[in-house]
Amino acid sequence: MANEVVDHGRRRFLTATTAVVGGVGVIAAAVPFIKSWEPSARAKSAGAPVTVDISKIEAGQKVTYPWRGLPVFVVNRTKEQLDALPRQDGRLVDAKSDGSSAEQQPKYAQNGTRSIKPEWLVMVALCTHLGCVPDFVPVMKPEPFDPEWKGGFYCPCHKSRYDLAGRVYAGVPAPKNMLIPPYHFVDDTHIQIGVDPKEAG
Amino acid sequence: MATVFSRIGDWVNERAPNLAPTYRKHMTEYYAPKNFNLWYYFGSLALLVLVNQIVTGIFLTMNYKTSAAEAFASVEYIMRDVEWGWLIRYMHSTGASLFFVVVFLHMFRGLMYGSYQKPRELVWLLGMLIFLVLMAEAFMGYVLPWGNMSFWGAKVIISLFGTIPVVGNSLVEWIMGDYLPADATLNRFFALHVIALPLVLLLLVVLHLAALHEVGSNNPDGVDVKHGPKGNRWDANKPADAIPFHPYYTVKDLVGVGFFLIIAAFIIFFAPTFGGWFLEHDNFVPANNLVTPTHIKPVWYFTPFYAILRMIPSLFSTAIWGVLGMFGAIVLLFLLPWIDAGKVRSIRYRGTGFKVALGLFVLSFIALGAVGAGVVAEVIPAWFGNVDVTFWENSFGRLWTIVYFGFFVFMWVYTRGGREKTKPVPERVVYDHD
Repeated sequence: MANEVVDHGRRRFLTATTAVVGGVGVIAAAVPFIKSWEPSARAKSAGAPVTVDISKIEAGQKVTYPWRGLPVFVVNRTKEQLDALPRQDGRLVDAKSDGSSAEQQPKYAQNGTRSIKPEWLVMVALCTHLGCVPDFVPVMKPEPFDPEWKGGFYCPCHKSRYDLAGRVYAGVPAPKNMLIPPYHFVDDTHIQIGVDPKEAG
Repeated sequence: MATVFSRIGDWVNERAPNLAPTYRKHMTEYYAPKNFNLWYYFGSLALLVLVNQIVTGIFLTMNYKTSAAEAFASVEYIMRDVEWGWLIRYMHSTGASLFFVVVFLHMFRGLMYGSYQKPRELVWLLGMLIFLVLMAEAFMGYVLPWGNMSFWGAKVIISLFGTIPVVGNSLVEWIMGDYLPADATLNRFFALHVIALPLVLLLLVVLHLAALHEVGSNNPDGVDVKHGPKGNRWDANKPADAIPFHPYYTVKDLVGVGFFLIIAAFIIFFAPTFGGWFLEHDNFVPANNLVTPTHIKPVWYFTPFYAILRMIPSLFSTAIWGVLGMFGAIVLLFLLPWIDAGKVRSIRYRGTGFKVALGLFVLSFIALGAVGAGVVAEVIPAWFGNVDVTFWENSFGRLWTIVYFGFFVFMWVYTRGGREKTKPVPERVVYDHD
């Protein structure tokens, strides 16, 4: 009854097919475990838009609002600060925000001040290097990190520097300008963060 | 009584006849070179710290709350209200730093005496894997108290993966389980820190020792005692220049353990934060997703690698180069057995070039550590007054980054084509007091 002759070809075929089918099974079984690490439905639903009152923000002042758990800086820039912006162009990585930073703002904020109204900067204040919150350093005076400082944002983590439009200076670890979120003016004193003007209209 | 014990012994032996020989193979009949010196304490000390971390860790989980809302308060509860909780937590936090102290010294021993060279490449690779898992374990443990430095440390380290082209951003969200480090992140890090990684770590330690015991221990002379004369007091077929691990080295290691515990106890009782180096001041503030600590920096044992990350600038509008540099710094260590083609193991008989290079390598590690910890940025204005701090810090850091990587380039060139002028290696280990 026992067949002493081993059919090696058949054995190899069976071993290989078993391994392949088993491997597919292992991969399929791994999917639920890997997918379980993605943001949960609750985490995703927590990203609602926020409306904020900006009437109390004085010229030159910055206020931070949380949106999706991210810090959004709203800065009321002075005339002097706005005048200094174009003079920084030569020292920046992407002054016009149309190169590496083309995706870092909505179309309606792709301009010299990176904003809808020139004085109002609305920006997700996370350094594009590794996501720290940069310090708001508005005063135009020589700083230890930059003797020709004209006001802007300075990241304490890895010393990236940005001007007052969130545009990154050349020669720092951060590669791109900081992110401008979708936002629009509800009226003169209120903005809604998270919704584009056309969606709101 | 004796008969009861011997009968139990016989009963076990009948059912598991390989248990006693396995014990003998790794302890009483594992013959290690007789010329071990001070540098050979750190392997067993690492094992001691591992046991400490597991035991204190288990007790910490009994009072720790795994939730973003409760974690910080539960750690303070352990520190203030749990009986002896402060001691258990300080043993765990101090143990983490001392783990890296002994592991760094253990690795330096390997570099100095060529313990990574053939035939011990596998021992070295497994050791490097242990180092890698240990870093992951330490990082996740650091996140658990959910202080502000925990939060921002987690944010920065996870963001490293965001620099990977195309998949980066979704990978970051996948790791965090949210759009920023949050409750989901804390929970999964806890699971990895207390279950997954310790299991991997233990397995790797067993494999590290098993691989070592296959090839036998190296020694300060780098001479293979297995190839020397045979016959010692215990066995006519075993190396003449070797002694049984137990009781000789177990007793020697106990002396090291005693000394180490004195130092550890001093730190735990008198300087548990170690001036902000073991437990950072900014981590005594609860996590705040809107405010980054003024001086964000990792715990001291990550600072050399962190400095490399910081010193490499963005190019071609991506920040990936610093990340590659940082991981490359570790990958190159993995590859050292193949980078170094030298045939002489121990620094005692290697060329002057090797000695200088190893010295500079150690200096670069310390200098980069100082850069990563922010010490250099503090010292520059204090010593040199009103200068461009960023420029000088970058120049200093980049110079030492080049030295760090230069070590590997130098080793490749120097150990090939007969450039290294070595001294004659003795036939047997040098041991004066026979």
